[in-house]
Amino acid sequence: MLKVQSLRKVYDGHGRQVEALRDITFSVNPGEFVCVVGPSGCGKTTLLRLLGGLIAPTSGTVMVEGRPVSGPPDGLAIVFQEYGRSLMPWLRVRENVELPLKAKRVPRAERAALVHESLAAVGLADAATAYPWQLSGGMQQRVAIARAIAFQPRVLLMDEPFAAVDAQTRADLEDLVRSVWQRFGMTMLFVTHDIDESVYLAERVVILSSSPTIVLEDLAIDLPAQRDQLETRSSARFVELRHHVYEQVQKAKNRSAVTPVV
Amino acid sequence: MKAVITGLRRVVALVGLPIVLLLVWWFASADSHTAAMPPLKRILKVFPDTWFGERLTDDVLPSLIRLTEGYCAALVIGIVAGVAIGSSRTVRAFVEPVLEFLRAIPPPALVPILFLIAGIGDTTKILVIIAGCVWPILLNTVEGVRGVDPVLVDTCLTYRVSGLLRLRTFVLRSASPQIMTGARQALSVGIILMVISELKASTDGLGYTFEQFQTRFQYPQMWSGVLVLGLIGVVLSLLFRFVESRVLAWHRGQRAAERTSL
Repeated sequence: MLKVQSLRKVYDGHGRQVEALRDITFSVNPGEFVCVVGPSGCGKTTLLRLLGGLIAPTSGTVMVEGRPVSGPPDGLAIVFQEYGRSLMPWLRVRENVELPLKAKRVPRAERAALVHESLAAVGLADAATAYPWQLSGGMQQRVAIARAIAFQPRVLLMDEPFAAVDAQTRADLEDLVRSVWQRFGMTMLFVTHDIDESVYLAERVVILSSSPTIVLEDLAIDLPAQRDQLETRSSARFVELRHHVYEQVQKAKNRSAVTPVV
Repeated sequence: MKAVITGLRRVVALVGLPIVLLLVWWFASADSHTAAMPPLKRILKVFPDTWFGERLTDDVLPSLIRLTEGYCAALVIGIVAGVAIGSSRTVRAFVEPVLEFLRAIPPPALVPILFLIAGIGDTTKILVIIAGCVWPILLNTVEGVRGVDPVLVDTCLTYRVSGLLRLRTFVLRSASPQIMTGARQALSVGIILMVISELKASTDGLGYTFEQFQTRFQYPQMWSGVLVLGLIGVVLSLLFRFVESRVLAWHRGQRAAERTSL
């Protein structure tokens, strides 16, 4: 469904080259929920922008549904980290969710139904006529998720979507994302720096090193499909997996401290 | 009771200073024997006869029509060109030097040249108004369009919002606060140029009337014209504020929400 092959991205700025990604290879199967986790500054957002076709790689390829990505691919939606800035403040919640459907030329009645259904799915049916800035941060990110759902993507990318919300809201949103995924069955790629979050959410975790970035490990998460903030997080297996991922990320940080940058 | 007091306060805030200034004018000019500075009493006495007759339809109205035509044309030209220039770095680099050159020419200086090219009719007067009004609108639109949020740019790319839909729901709305700032500046420029364009080789209009009063030594009438101009300015500014409060309701709300969350 989503295939990343020897992906490399070097930023060229003012005569100084910054290698954001060195060599990234992994793939995501249809309907799978994969988390990409890595230390801060390891190029997670760069990776996501490459997958979304918003920037071009220096070398290597991204394939979505078997086709190489050269621009935003069909049927792919992104939930951005900066929820406050990815919604249009001059449009009401309903209009924000509806906009991509208008662009897709979905007929009016169908648009209304999709908007209603997706807002209901994120628990915001009552906020349809509010403006985004009248809502809390967590609610704004729900709107962004509703917009992505209404778009009916086959692949949904999420870029640290809960980095800026409080812990309580974050737990609610994590469960929301799981339920959305289970209900709509899209392929999910969720980027985060939060190790707990990655293990809690995913079926598989791709661990990135710090910059220059490579894939350290591709780890299957063999937790039961029904996850629960209390039960899952206190289960022995969760603690084990979390421990393992944590160690890998720590190792990555230390290693990069002694490896000279080429 | 409280509502009555706040209502009263607003009325005082609105008309308080004008009344004080008129009183000062009234008493300071009461004993004036200088022909060019007649007492306010005489100015007000000639006011109704001077303005509430044919002059309203034969001079005030043509002036206002030319102002409206010139201003609206400047809005269209300024916004269209501003969007084109603001959207493309190449176009910007290409036209910027020319813009600086053109902007430096004071529109009244164009009057004699335009007389030669466009004749002494309405066209010249409207062109002068356009030549002055277009700059604040154009330059502010360019800034507004340049300042669009990169996250929203990515959002539009991802959700395939493009073409006219993108222009209408994203670019113009996002730039609307700056466009309104330019439009407001252009309005005062327009009123000035409306009068100036009528001072020479004219057969009607407010500027023409001023010129007539001055050459015929009708100083009270001339001063009453100053009051008329001031009143036109006040009415247009109130109209503008009404439109702005509609167009930028979201902007005001968003800024208020940001202030309270800080």
